[in-house]
Amino acid sequence: MSRQRHVVAAIDEVGPGTSKRVNVAGRDIALFNVGGEFFALANKCPHESGPLCQGKIIGLAVADEPGKYRIERDGEFVKCSWHGWEFDIRTGQSWCDPATVRVRAYDTAVENGETLVRGPYVAETFPVAIEQNYVVVEI
Amino acid sequence: MTLAAPDTLARSGASSGAASPRTSVFGSPAIDCDLHIAVPSIKALMPYLDAYWRQQFVTRGIDRLSWNLTSDPPGAPISGRPDWRPATGKPGTSLPLLREKALDGFGVELAIANCIYGGAALHSEDMASVVCSAMNDWIAKEWLDAEPRLRASIVVPMNNPELAAQEIERCASDNRFAQVSMLVAQGEPLGKRRHWPIYAAAEKHGLPVCLHAGSLYHHPMTTNGYGSYFLEDYVAQAFAFESAVLSLVSEGVFAKYPALKIVFAESGVTWLPAALWRFNKTWRGVRAEIPWVKRPPMDIVRDNIRLTLQPFDEPDGAGRLERFCEQMKSDRMVLFSSDFPHWHYEGTDALPISPKSGLARRILYDNPRETFPRLGLRELAR
Repeated sequence: MSRQRHVVAAIDEVGPGTSKRVNVAGRDIALFNVGGEFFALANKCPHESGPLCQGKIIGLAVADEPGKYRIERDGEFVKCSWHGWEFDIRTGQSWCDPATVRVRAYDTAVENGETLVRGPYVAETFPVAIEQNYVVVEI
Repeated sequence: MTLAAPDTLARSGASSGAASPRTSVFGSPAIDCDLHIAVPSIKALMPYLDAYWRQQFVTRGIDRLSWNLTSDPPGAPISGRPDWRPATGKPGTSLPLLREKALDGFGVELAIANCIYGGAALHSEDMASVVCSAMNDWIAKEWLDAEPRLRASIVVPMNNPELAAQEIERCASDNRFAQVSMLVAQGEPLGKRRHWPIYAAAEKHGLPVCLHAGSLYHHPMTTNGYGSYFLEDYVAQAFAFESAVLSLVSEGVFAKYPALKIVFAESGVTWLPAALWRFNKTWRGVRAEIPWVKRPPMDIVRDNIRLTLQPFDEPDGAGRLERFCEQMKSDRMVLFSSDFPHWHYEGTDALPISPKSGLARRILYDNPRETFPRLGLRELAR
């Protein structure tokens, strides 16, 4: 089946630094706004299936040597609310085990209502206004 | 200390890349990474003290104390195999016996001696320091000068890391010292930054740091208080090694000193994978506490920690050594040791795998050579 574009939210429903749980074609998805960019991850931690939409959005704690702490890429990681595993919101990659653990990530785009009205897109129950911008997830 | 004579250099095998190493009773060359020599009494160290301390030891009656460590009672059966005990005196005090039973007995090319003694554990930092210096000079003169197959561990005053680092600097020019040695159970976790001068000095000189079973008894051997029996203390040594792994990795010792090797001596070995499964699992959730730990703890341990073979904890004939290597995903971590004169097995039955296996060759020889770079040096003494 070819992939389809689904309108999942108006952009002002998901402010910068926040997340929103959306359902797309029966899939549970966590939508994140990182400084105006939108990213969509499966709302299911690959560890024990914790809901990533409830995770804290954080920066990455790093240290070049013991005792020298700093934060990098603030707001670009989500820490699962269940057991604290950290994931790169941009890629879904796990920080503690990047080689073998990642969350399914979906392509997103922001489109204006005018484009969407011309289609094709899927938003059966979603009213689209021409003057508004929307987040589109491709599945 | 003096330069070893040329003929002893030639005989010591490892001193020359061209010489073929001697073959052990296991059919391949072997290096014994933990056997024991013992200070017979404080009187043996008196010639190595300066005038002030000699006088203090006599006038205070210190020269009549035993300074045996509670965790290493010389009379316990495990401390000396009946056929490895000298006719008189403590196990580990006879060089002829060590030569006959350990060096010739196993046919090893080289052996690294540990000298466990209460003098290194004294609360007086100055006295511990002079006793350690005296021990190191005594070891070099009485043992290393006399037996070219022998290497030794620099004993350091564990209660004062700065003095310990100074002692490492003082002894490091004698390449017959292959490592630094401390007891695993001290006053506080071994990864704490207070101890780092020891690790810095050791790394600088290519000396692994051996953590040997034993305690200063600043704390009970179990985290729940003092037990009643030697049995409890002895078994609980493994818990101290677990604490050491946890602290060394978490506090960032290997992030700060990536080339440092820590050698666990007499840890029992097989407890390690299970401890690391728990460590790895928990680290994933709270790793931001210690962001200098950038890889799973097991990966760091695999690179930086080594374990001497005896005593080896396993159910009889269960293939645990092979299993350990599978679980750790490494055949580089275990180092052959006889643990002479301690009593863990009979005869020369120190190898819990077939001596013909490739793993045996690694454990007997390759791993020791890779762990102790100084064993390959030609220029031995200062």
